[in-house]
Amino acid sequence: MLIRTIACCLLFTTAASATVIRTGPSAPLQDVLDRAQPGDTIILAPGLYRQHDIVIRKSLTLIGDNYPVLDGENKYQLLTVTANGTVIAGITLQHTGRSSLTDMAGIRLQQVSQAQVRNCRFINTTYAVYLQNSTHCTVSGNQISAAAGDELQSGNGIHAWKCSHLQIRDNTISGHRDGIYFEFVTASGVHHNLSSNNIRYGLHFMFSHNDVYSHNTFRANGAGVAVMYTRGVVMYKNNFYHNWGDAAYGMLLKDITDSRIILNRFHKNTIGIFMDGTSRIDIAGNEFQANGWAMRVQANCDNNKIRMNNFLGNSFDVATNGTLMLNSYTFNYWDKYDGYDLDRDGNGDVPYHPVSVYAVLSERIPATMLLYRSFLTNIMDQAEKMVPAIIPDQLRDNMPRTRKWNL
Amino acid sequence: MLTITRYVLIDLLRNRSVAVYTLVLALLSVSLLSLEGGSGKALLSLLNITLLFVPVITTLFATIYFFNSLEFIELLLSQPVKRTRVLLAVYTGMAFSLSVAFVAGVGLPLLLLAPALPSLILIFTGVVLSCIFSAIALLVFVLTKDKTRGIGAAIVVALFFTLLFDGLLMMLIYAFSDYPVDKALIALMTFNPVDLARVLMLLQLDAAVLMGYSGALFKKFLGTPAGSIYAAASLVCWVLIPLLLGVKVFRKKDL
Repeated sequence: MLIRTIACCLLFTTAASATVIRTGPSAPLQDVLDRAQPGDTIILAPGLYRQHDIVIRKSLTLIGDNYPVLDGENKYQLLTVTANGTVIAGITLQHTGRSSLTDMAGIRLQQVSQAQVRNCRFINTTYAVYLQNSTHCTVSGNQISAAAGDELQSGNGIHAWKCSHLQIRDNTISGHRDGIYFEFVTASGVHHNLSSNNIRYGLHFMFSHNDVYSHNTFRANGAGVAVMYTRGVVMYKNNFYHNWGDAAYGMLLKDITDSRIILNRFHKNTIGIFMDGTSRIDIAGNEFQANGWAMRVQANCDNNKIRMNNFLGNSFDVATNGTLMLNSYTFNYWDKYDGYDLDRDGNGDVPYHPVSVYAVLSERIPATMLLYRSFLTNIMDQAEKMVPAIIPDQLRDNMPRTRKWNL
Repeated sequence: MLTITRYVLIDLLRNRSVAVYTLVLALLSVSLLSLEGGSGKALLSLLNITLLFVPVITTLFATIYFFNSLEFIELLLSQPVKRTRVLLAVYTGMAFSLSVAFVAGVGLPLLLLAPALPSLILIFTGVVLSCIFSAIALLVFVLTKDKTRGIGAAIVVALFFTLLFDGLLMMLIYAFSDYPVDKALIALMTFNPVDLARVLMLLQLDAAVLMGYSGALFKKFLGTPAGSIYAAASLVCWVLIPLLLGVKVFRKKDL
């Protein structure tokens, strides 16, 4: 033990002129941290630390040896970081308290930059990682799980408020209110995360401009993913899977502008994408499969381009709530398209109307859903195909693909 | 009674219509299933076929057959057998052979190419619909005087259940769209076995849509085991009530 500590000290002192301090569950961690010099590395020995409200005020590296456990005994907060460049890695944090006055967090980053939270485990924390007015921080490789009961009593997995340049990657989050929550967070990246089984949203952001989301999977969250009041969002290669229920969406876009949604997959959601008041969004190369509604585009959306997507096996391809049509649909593959392609250029010669008459009817009077797929409604659908009277005639794909896009 | 049923069965097996019916069903289901690869889409197409073909063909064919075997029935009744028994035996033969035709035509391909719970429910609904519309045909047979009128009535009845009822329901929904009529609608649907069968099946397949806001009531009621049992029990009532009515009328009918 002693020899190892000395060896470590020697190694690290020569490399970075900083000491390595090893501490155990019996020593008060706050004192150890206060005594350390900026740049020191503190190694926590395995064990159960019943210590709480620990504040890291210096730029330290806090590393857990074989996942030491910090326990909040369901009453307290655990770590608060107020120093730039702090690194926390390999620690288990569990059982924070729950309070209506303060947001109790496993790790709170408060007005810092360059801080990192890596490979930690969070078990039943109200908020796992709470970033507050921080920049250039990284949260990666963490496993975050809780068993939240309801929306009011619970917190978010990764919660960021008024931050910029964050990197959130490779985290696994489940059982919180929102998996990842951003408010006023700009120029940040969220990549390769898995957010599942959260009570409300897998990902939730508001007023968070110019962020990039890629390769994330959002699965079986209470209401899917909701993104609001934001411009300049890029989302690509994400999976939205099985967000299913009375008010569930793969993705809900509310007042989103100038953004790109590219190469995502929407499988088995009640509504794949719900668009409300969104403008100038490029939705391209996505695959919508086996959703209730692939897309619901409200009439207050304009100048969105929906192109080169695959629509496969959805009950309804597109639904809308009005007759105003300010979006363009081109070059999509619709599996319900039954036109022809005489000039063999890969695009059908007759336009496709993605809004079925039944989608319109059930929009006006939801109770008509009771007659869904009856012989009567099949006849209505056919009649409407011959002579469109009820469906919005302007909403159409003039260049429907006859073969599926290889995405 | 068994002897009569056996006679009816043998006669129906020799009948070319039943064979053609089976063959058409089999061709449709095999081609659909192999085209769409046993997916939900193929099942939905098969559901549409079941909901349209089974009621119409069963009612028409059964009515015609009952009228054609009127002389056979009269001959039987001159023997010391009860009217009820004769009628029930003829019905059993009819319902059984049409159910077998459905199972052979749709059920076997389904079980071979897409063995899953929705397939089983589709087979169940098909068989129950065969039984129901055979019973309705029987009722039409005992209530009408001659064959022409009987066939006319059969056509009207089949169209009513497959098309007109839904049209009326749609009108009702529109007329009362400002009122909370959801529960009443579920109650009304009990009066159409085709709708019941459809909803039972849809809960297996298109749950995504049904779980949208309007579907909350589907889910709450028909989606629960109690709801499914209610639907299944209603379907069984749809077999029993026309059958018992038919027997009751037939007992006093002047032949």
